[in-house]
Amino acid sequence: MPGTIADRVAQATPPHLAGRIKGFSDRTIAWIFVAPTIFLLLAVNIFPLIWTINLSFTNFRANRPNREVDYIGLRNYERILTDSDIWLTMQATAHFLFWTLFFQVVIGFTLAWLINRKFKGNDLWTTIIVLPMMLSPAVVGNFWTFLYQPQIGLFNYLVAFLTGVDPSSFQMIGDVVLAPWAIVIVDTWMWTPFVMLICLAGLRSIPDYIYEAAEIDRASKWRQFWTITVPMVLPFLMLAVLFRGIENFKMFDLVVQLTGGGPGSVTELTSINLKREAFEKWRTGYASAYAIILFVTVFGLASIYVKALNKVKER
Amino acid sequence: MSSFSITEPSSRQKWAAGTLVILYAVITLLPLFWILATGFKTPADAISYPPKILFEPSLEGYVNLFTTRTRVTPEQLEALPPPETWYEAIVRNRDMVIAGPSRYGERFLNSLIIGFGSTFLSIFLGTLAAYAFSRFRVPLKDDLLFFILSTRMMPPIAVAIPIFLMFRTLGLSDTHLGMILLYTAVNISLAVWLLKGFIDEIPREYEEAALIDGYTRFQAFYKVVLPQAATGIASTAIFCLIFAWNEYAFAVLLTSGTAQTAPPFIPTIIGVGGQDWPAVAAGATLFLVPVMVFTILLRKHLLRGITFGAVRK
Repeated sequence: MPGTIADRVAQATPPHLAGRIKGFSDRTIAWIFVAPTIFLLLAVNIFPLIWTINLSFTNFRANRPNREVDYIGLRNYERILTDSDIWLTMQATAHFLFWTLFFQVVIGFTLAWLINRKFKGNDLWTTIIVLPMMLSPAVVGNFWTFLYQPQIGLFNYLVAFLTGVDPSSFQMIGDVVLAPWAIVIVDTWMWTPFVMLICLAGLRSIPDYIYEAAEIDRASKWRQFWTITVPMVLPFLMLAVLFRGIENFKMFDLVVQLTGGGPGSVTELTSINLKREAFEKWRTGYASAYAIILFVTVFGLASIYVKALNKVKER
Repeated sequence: MSSFSITEPSSRQKWAAGTLVILYAVITLLPLFWILATGFKTPADAISYPPKILFEPSLEGYVNLFTTRTRVTPEQLEALPPPETWYEAIVRNRDMVIAGPSRYGERFLNSLIIGFGSTFLSIFLGTLAAYAFSRFRVPLKDDLLFFILSTRMMPPIAVAIPIFLMFRTLGLSDTHLGMILLYTAVNISLAVWLLKGFIDEIPREYEEAALIDGYTRFQAFYKVVLPQAATGIASTAIFCLIFAWNEYAFAVLLTSGTAQTAPPFIPTIIGVGGQDWPAVAAGATLFLVPVMVFTILLRKHLLRGITFGAVRK
């Protein structure tokens, strides 16, 4: 910001003097402060990314580092985009993404709306509800396999208790139809509080006087909800969906511990599939191309989404 | 505010809302309660049908978590001197003797070393960068900030391929240093974004007054800005710590022995015929409880932390 005292002092002082008076110039300090972070990110993020791009044009296999590496052009990309198994993986991911986002938005918004009724002790209960999302997904996911066990598992027992079916008659994890829902349930359990917290911030940002004005105009509560509450919370909700969308597109730890991608490959989300290609089949070049495709997809979808989000915000 | 407000929900509405929220909270806590309870069950109680809510508490799970045991014949057991400790007695009850400590302690320690190491480094680098972004005209500032954030969009597995090769070349595979550097690189985006928000909130006038009083920039930074940002730095540190603590994908791919953290280890605790659930639950309890405590401490800044500072209450 120009015009602050420090800036004016800095500008009025000749550079060679400034150096002697203050040790370093602001510009130098700025670079000293930012450089280590940028360097670390270049070394651990960008350099590997470039390396991945390079590998994606080869047939390199990391388990045979001494074998000669051939550049095979775009063949990896071609293979991935025409592979029907990968499209099945994408479908599993889409199913997972759609339903987790759907449930988390519906339940999360409802909870936030209820908490915003400002009943006694709402802060305490908010903190309690939030707990699952802060825990290690791998450790918690692993324990859910215990809850999901037929007969002895708590989940099956409760479902049986409420519906009257035999608790050993269904397997959440071993069943081709139920397994995709098993992972949706656990992810929803874990991450609904995330959406709830953001929605709550949105609801609390709406000033009371808007409702008061609507009340004076005799707008019904229903109308107030759709014309005030929903539009004002929408930018917050969309932000929550963006975060959850990116996270769940990358989903690995929770699902790998829950189902390991099975049974068969019905819950094999893209990250699990990628891990299999890269670290079990050791098709490093192929997996690199796969990684690039995923990155471009996330980045592209996120950019489009952010544009839409900004439009909603402007309204 | 007046005692009567048209926007204030009626007491019946409040009561209904409160009941529903508490009902949800109870359901959502069941799995966590079950982890806690299972840790204190005997293996037989843990897998009984119907699931036992009331049971006689036992420390067998915790003993099994920290020890490795070998089975002995009844004759061998007879020949042994009487057990010296309570945990030896529990193990003997199952016709076994303690063979040695398990790896859980080491893995937990690794989680602590890597967690605190990477948190310290992220906060150190992050605070410097955040201060620069907040106070100076850094060229391409917005682009750099976005670049820092975008590094979070890569799926960890995708990054893991070249990191795996790079670590192998540099001899960093399965080392504490490698994991600390890696987690720092992942956490630094969060640290920079959150800390920039916190530092932005500190009025510039404080530093300007200090500069006029003859402080150098460095002095103004650590004598004026840092103390003001202490709360923000502390909560950012907790977020970094929790991330490193919970991380699984990199840990499972890049560590196997010396530097393995607890999350990849806990699911591998096995007993006779499958996972030893009381021991797994005991390990999970010890691992999860610190995070729960931190979450409660952090509750005021939670929203900010999980949204990279995009939403502030």
